[in-house]
Amino acid sequence: MRQTTLPELVARHPLLSGLPGDAVEHVAGCARNMSFPAGRLLQREGDPADTLYLLRRGRVRIEVHAPGRPPAVIETVGPGHIVGWSWLFPPFQWRFDARAVDGVGAIAIDGACLRAKAQEQPAFGYALLQRVAALLFDRLVASRVRLLDLYATDGRA
Amino acid sequence: MPSPYRVVGRRAETADVVTLALEPLAEPRPPFRHGQFHMLTAFGVGEVAISVSSPPTDGGPIEHTVRDVGPVTHALCSSESGTVLGVRGPFGTDWGLEDLHEGSDVGALRLGLEHPAEADVVVVAGGIGLAPLRGALCDLARRPGGRLFVAVGARSPDQVIYGPDLEAWARAGASVDVTVDVPSADWDGPVGLVTMLLTGATFDAGRTVALVCGPEVMMRFAAGTLIDRGVDPRRIRVSLERNMQCGVAQCGHCQLGPLLLCRDGPVVPYAAASQLLQERER
Repeated sequence: MRQTTLPELVARHPLLSGLPGDAVEHVAGCARNMSFPAGRLLQREGDPADTLYLLRRGRVRIEVHAPGRPPAVIETVGPGHIVGWSWLFPPFQWRFDARAVDGVGAIAIDGACLRAKAQEQPAFGYALLQRVAALLFDRLVASRVRLLDLYATDGRA
Repeated sequence: MPSPYRVVGRRAETADVVTLALEPLAEPRPPFRHGQFHMLTAFGVGEVAISVSSPPTDGGPIEHTVRDVGPVTHALCSSESGTVLGVRGPFGTDWGLEDLHEGSDVGALRLGLEHPAEADVVVVAGGIGLAPLRGALCDLARRPGGRLFVAVGARSPDQVIYGPDLEAWARAGASVDVTVDVPSADWDGPVGLVTMLLTGATFDAGRTVALVCGPEVMMRFAAGTLIDRGVDPRRIRVSLERNMQCGVAQCGHCQLGPLLLCRDGPVVPYAAASQLLQERER
């Protein structure tokens, strides 16, 4: 059986599906396959933010640690989602922890490499940022809706 | 006039949600359809609209799942076995599962699908909104064609209702995911908005029918996410709730634009409801 190549895996991820082949090649050139056992941190608050993770399998918790209590879980993300925005913006430091809930398979993309390619090829950079911004937008909307505490008691009868 | 029904079973789903099994005292059990509701009376207290939560194909007592949020629902939730309650109905529209039957020409036309029996079905429920979908889910899990995806959102793990049913539907082959807003220490499932569960789901959007029930804001966002995924708005059905009082489209309390939801709802195609849901109350 033929093994799936990295560019094929990259092209299948919702973040990049439908982008032209050369864009996929740009991303794949910065990418490697990684796996994380349950409990392992993908990113740690305060550490240099150098990677964009495209999740292929398993789930990842976005957490924030606090003294005297277990880490607070903000949300979980699974296959088809991405982990890590901080590689995009100075000072390139993770703002949250991200921990594998179960066995996680991800395509890890070097953030500095991706930023450099985006700068060299503005059309690619714009297309990539549009995709990332759309995911950011979805996550922002979801966070705002959750602030409404929709499932709290709202009836009276 | 409400008919007298006896409570023959009472099951606590969560700290403030109870499922009551009711049997008529004096008449055969009247037929009902998935997603319809009854007006339940706690005598001496009042009457409230509650969706049927058991499948019509199950010949046993009729089940209603009630959340204790006010005087009437508190009286209903406090009812022990043997209590007599009043029941009017069934009322309203249903989830339209017959559209998914093999050879349903009306279903094919309404859904714009050549083979509706093979359609994937996506069910999105938030909080107590799973109750009006439970009967449909019991029958959808037994459906031979198409795949079933169930996405459930709840505030916290202890507020997830129908745990045994969710497990049974998964055992029957459905893809079942539950997400919570506020996890407990021992929760290892998803955390986040229910729409996040739709991102990784592998349903075929071009032949998907979606049933959505929960808080109205959640339904708007869930429908938007489904449409973004490519689901045709004609194939998204939502269950809308307003102040149902008479149940027979006479009093006007449940009016939403041109609809009287006790008659024209609660289940409404999203294509018809979307504009109305954008209207601000004055």
